[in-house]
Amino acid sequence: MQAQIRLRNALLTLVTYLIAAAFLFPLVWMFMAAFKTEAQAFATPPVFVFTPVLENFGHALGSYFPALRNSLVAAVGSTVLAFILGLPAAFALAVYPTRRAQGVLTWMLSTKFMPAVGVIVPLFLIFRNLHLLDTLPGLILMYTTMNLPLVVWMMHSYMTEIPYAIYEAAKVDGASVGQEFFGIALPLSTPGMAATALLCLIFAWNEVFFALNLTNSDAAPLSVFISQFKTSEGLFWAQMSAAATLTVLPVLIFGWIAQRQLVRGLSFGAVK
Amino acid sequence: MNRLALLALTALLSQASAVTITIATVNNPDMVTMQKLTPEFNKKYPDIQVKWVTLPENELRQKITLDVASGAGSFDIATVGAYEVPIWAKNGWLEPLTPLFGKNPDIVKSYNLADVLPGVRSALTVGGSLYAVPFYAESSMTYYNKDLFKAAGLTMPAQPTWTQIQTFASKIHNPAKGVYGVCLRGLPGWGENMALFTTMVNTYGGRWFDQGWQAQLNTPAWKNAMTFYVNLVKKYGPPGATGNGFTENLTLMSQGKCGMWVDATVAAGFLSDPSSSKITKSVGFAKAPVGTTARGNNWYWSWNLAIPKSTKQEDAAFKFLTWATSKDYIALVAKTKGTWASVPPGTRTSTYQNANYKKAAGAFSGLVLSSINSADVNKATKDPVPYTGVQYVAIPEFQALGTQVGQYLAGALSGQYTVDQALKLSQDAANKTAREGGYQK
Repeated sequence: MQAQIRLRNALLTLVTYLIAAAFLFPLVWMFMAAFKTEAQAFATPPVFVFTPVLENFGHALGSYFPALRNSLVAAVGSTVLAFILGLPAAFALAVYPTRRAQGVLTWMLSTKFMPAVGVIVPLFLIFRNLHLLDTLPGLILMYTTMNLPLVVWMMHSYMTEIPYAIYEAAKVDGASVGQEFFGIALPLSTPGMAATALLCLIFAWNEVFFALNLTNSDAAPLSVFISQFKTSEGLFWAQMSAAATLTVLPVLIFGWIAQRQLVRGLSFGAVK
Repeated sequence: MNRLALLALTALLSQASAVTITIATVNNPDMVTMQKLTPEFNKKYPDIQVKWVTLPENELRQKITLDVASGAGSFDIATVGAYEVPIWAKNGWLEPLTPLFGKNPDIVKSYNLADVLPGVRSALTVGGSLYAVPFYAESSMTYYNKDLFKAAGLTMPAQPTWTQIQTFASKIHNPAKGVYGVCLRGLPGWGENMALFTTMVNTYGGRWFDQGWQAQLNTPAWKNAMTFYVNLVKKYGPPGATGNGFTENLTLMSQGKCGMWVDATVAAGFLSDPSSSKITKSVGFAKAPVGTTARGNNWYWSWNLAIPKSTKQEDAAFKFLTWATSKDYIALVAKTKGTWASVPPGTRTSTYQNANYKKAAGAFSGLVLSSINSADVNKATKDPVPYTGVQYVAIPEFQALGTQVGQYLAGALSGQYTVDQALKLSQDAANKTAREGGYQK
């Protein structure tokens, strides 16, 4: 019996490792390609053992830092702005819902239904007329509108979890709506805010379509920086992998640090 | 104090007179060199700051189209392919360069437009006005592995026919040893398999459309060309040929795995470069194969610099454009790179007369020049056609149509369709395009 359980556990562990390895493989492969020569990165059959070289990073670092700055500003800026706009909305919809609250929520989500390419021409023209093309405020605005439904929806579900009795108790003590928002709703949904913020940051960081179309050189973020390595004449996989490695690294490190908060935040809104 | 104020004022004024131009380009090796040489441009024109936007080909095309069509004016210079120049010129998206040359007599003299290869100039001229200047140009030719030819007791003629290519391929093909008779593009795309295949159709006497824009893909010429191509690649090509484009075939060829390869003339430089090729000593060159007629058997492509109509920095842009395509620029690349073999090819007669260039690229320079000179975008087919272009049809809809037909061709190669099925589907697609585009009257 004991032996059977041990065997089952060992098998489960093995399967878990295999699944984890399958998930990690593309990332590891990219990481390895970043240290190969162009010929090795392209070789068939694939090369697993090689002497690592650093020259790809030399090529990639050339225009990395301006793009890194743009990505950081756009991702953090848009997340902050989406929170400033989204938190009060989520609060109002969760704590003081009207008859149309559900409809409003669905409408917000519906803005995510349309494929981005369907709105790019009008967006481009608006950006052109407002002189927002290739500017960081433009990119921040774009990502804010992209992430706003996410903030409202996620924070709405966290805020509905807070027992209404707490608000009632506060009301009895004479708390204003502002005090309810800042004193109760926000502090009690901190883990949810952390998880939402991380998702917003990742979505903004990885976004490529709008960035490609709405920025050129001054405001181009890391996602555009990676794409510029592609060429139809000659090999580019190793250089591009180096650029991609440099791009994922900040998010990976940040995700690692925020892991505990994230897991707590993601399960917070679930069955309780 | 006064002097300080004066200094500040001068600094302010010089700042105000400096202009910034933005150049949109692809990441091809020659363009990377151009970016790296920007400081040299600034030595000559210190008042013009240059910003670069580098993107993959398709994204760049899409982005410039959106920008130019909406008049956003984000770009002052764009790298434009030979296919787009006539289309964009007709749409009024490009600044005609002829008046700009007229306004700058000093540049006219040093630039010497007459030195630009006549065929290249004519491909960039629309309605008598020049709309772009060539950065580099290419045609297609045949590469072969001399060692494999010698081992099989074969000799490559200067002008092979496709039938000869097939015979040679059958004698060299030895997949057990990882050697394939012939490597040809199979990857679907208007600029991939269809570039090569359209030259085959041309030289087998076919055309995309007749003078009334009726699709001609159901003619015997197309059937002969497709049957021949499918048989050749299936029997004597590498496995998984439908995944092979320019880069993949270049790798196979440079590793000594292909007996022959028909592709872009720019590959000559890559195959002769010891850092990326194992066959530098054994690579041989010949003209692109012919079928039943010698028309349109080798393609014409160039990457050019043009000024979008929406620019506000026309003069500064013109200065950069003429600098980067000048004779001096070509010499500058040779000096910086340490070899004349690395200069942008196919644009100027003087390059091909240069003794240093002949020495560095002698094995293929003459062939490249004669190939580019013989590729005529206005006369690429046996029978007359209402369009220009050798390996493409210069209408905006061709990107989509070419790629669709490219997929049917790849389908015929992989066995998904028979040649007849693929041709039927292609013919319908071509007629639909011509009808919906308003070409058929």
